[in-house]
Amino acid sequence: MRPEIFELEFMRRAFVAGLLISIIVPIIGTFLVVRRYSLMADTLAHVSLVGVAVGVLTKTQPVIAAVIASTVAAVLIERLRGLKKLFAESILAIFLSGSLAVAVVIISMAKGFNVDLLSYLFGSISTIGGVDLFLLAVLFVLVLASVALFYKEFFLVSFDEEFAEASGVKARALNLFIVILAAVTVSLAMRIVGILLIGALMVIPVVTARQFELSFRNTILVSISFSLVSVISGLFLSYYFDLASGGTIVLVSLAIFLASLAINRPE
Amino acid sequence: MTGPKTCIEVKEVSFSYNGNPILQDISFDVQEGEYLGIIGPNGGGKTTLFKVILGLLKPQTGEVRIYGEPLESFKRKHLIGYVPQRSISDYYFPATVEEVVRSGRTARLGLFKRISKEDASAIEKVMEVTDVAKLRDRLIGQISGGERQRVFIARALASEPKILILDEPDVGVDVTAQEKFYSFLEDLNSNTGITILLISHDIDVVAHQAKTILCLNRRLVCHGPPRDFITEDYMQKLYGKKVRFILHGH
Repeated sequence: MRPEIFELEFMRRAFVAGLLISIIVPIIGTFLVVRRYSLMADTLAHVSLVGVAVGVLTKTQPVIAAVIASTVAAVLIERLRGLKKLFAESILAIFLSGSLAVAVVIISMAKGFNVDLLSYLFGSISTIGGVDLFLLAVLFVLVLASVALFYKEFFLVSFDEEFAEASGVKARALNLFIVILAAVTVSLAMRIVGILLIGALMVIPVVTARQFELSFRNTILVSISFSLVSVISGLFLSYYFDLASGGTIVLVSLAIFLASLAINRPE
Repeated sequence: MTGPKTCIEVKEVSFSYNGNPILQDISFDVQEGEYLGIIGPNGGGKTTLFKVILGLLKPQTGEVRIYGEPLESFKRKHLIGYVPQRSISDYYFPATVEEVVRSGRTARLGLFKRISKEDASAIEKVMEVTDVAKLRDRLIGQISGGERQRVFIARALASEPKILILDEPDVGVDVTAQEKFYSFLEDLNSNTGITILLISHDIDVVAHQAKTILCLNRRLVCHGPPRDFITEDYMQKLYGKKVRFILHGH
């Protein structure tokens, strides 16, 4: 007989971490999805793996290393995009596969894959420590406060970059800010859903909410609720049926998405 | 009595893109309260000129001054309302009409400032004047072309600008909506004294509405009242062919 879910310290930690990320991930996800930048989430996640690999190799904090790596990549991607010499999606593709190559080489230097690394790839709730949780809480506050303070600018620059710039709003700086917040968020969420699945959690609840044709603000709020439901029920299911947490969470969010498609089916 | 103030000065502006000259040595002034119509063939540099005036493109030579200040150091850019050419991407964006109109006040508000009572009533007034108040909860992608055009004008007016810059606002709008729209612009210009710069494909409309016409084909072909434009043989210079031009009775 299994112990009750909340009797376990690691499950309590997993739920706290899950609640925090299921609030910030769809907020940032909305700003990426509406500007057709969904692939950014996956790209930054793969870059995070470089940070994790460095962290594991040097036995330092992989989460901090991941935050640094993905933030640096976010800045480089926006710079390259600003030059307008390459398609945005080509830049993302190069960073996505390029960073995977870097990560794989670093991992091979660390004498192959080990369990720790796999837990980052696919998410592992049992390995979330007190330090992870503390970092998560600090960065959660940071991301949430940033979006609250810059909400009207973020909306404007996402809806119409050119108009924003013409009216004197610093569009490029704000773009960079959004992408850096995305980088931080991705690095935080990887412990729960895993690097390979984080893009799904960032995009699926938002696309689901979009089906209901709501205002921008309500699209964000509804996508948060879908994400909360996915993460909480995903964690329960993964515990009681002994399933991988990341995959279960994403499957729940996919089920909600399919239901929303059926509800909002055009005549 | 002092004459009208100059609000926009374009001085010897040249812009080229990848070595192709788009604008060559353009100079003109716009007075406060003027209604300037800009016409010219496709690729003649109309939109580029607007982007230079708005600071979206930096000219290789020459400069733009707004209210006597160089554009780069001009801090009150919210005094210029911009209605850009629309792209298809808006149709899928999850935002209501009200959210879009409010976003037009962002720059005027400044960072960390929320919409106050006065801001809200200014926005409300603009939504009423442009007749979009009844659409406030509709999504931007679910309204007609004519309605969307009014929403983008409302957004531009939400910052209470002194200058309104419109780049082909009549594309994809039916004739009845167009007529209403142009009489609205005319009222706006004569009642509030707002300066209007308008690009349109419809030469007929421009010749009737605007007080001044500027013809652009990489170079400044003509600049003056519509009557001068009609009497001279500018159409040939502009479009390279004889076009019969009829000024319908006023």
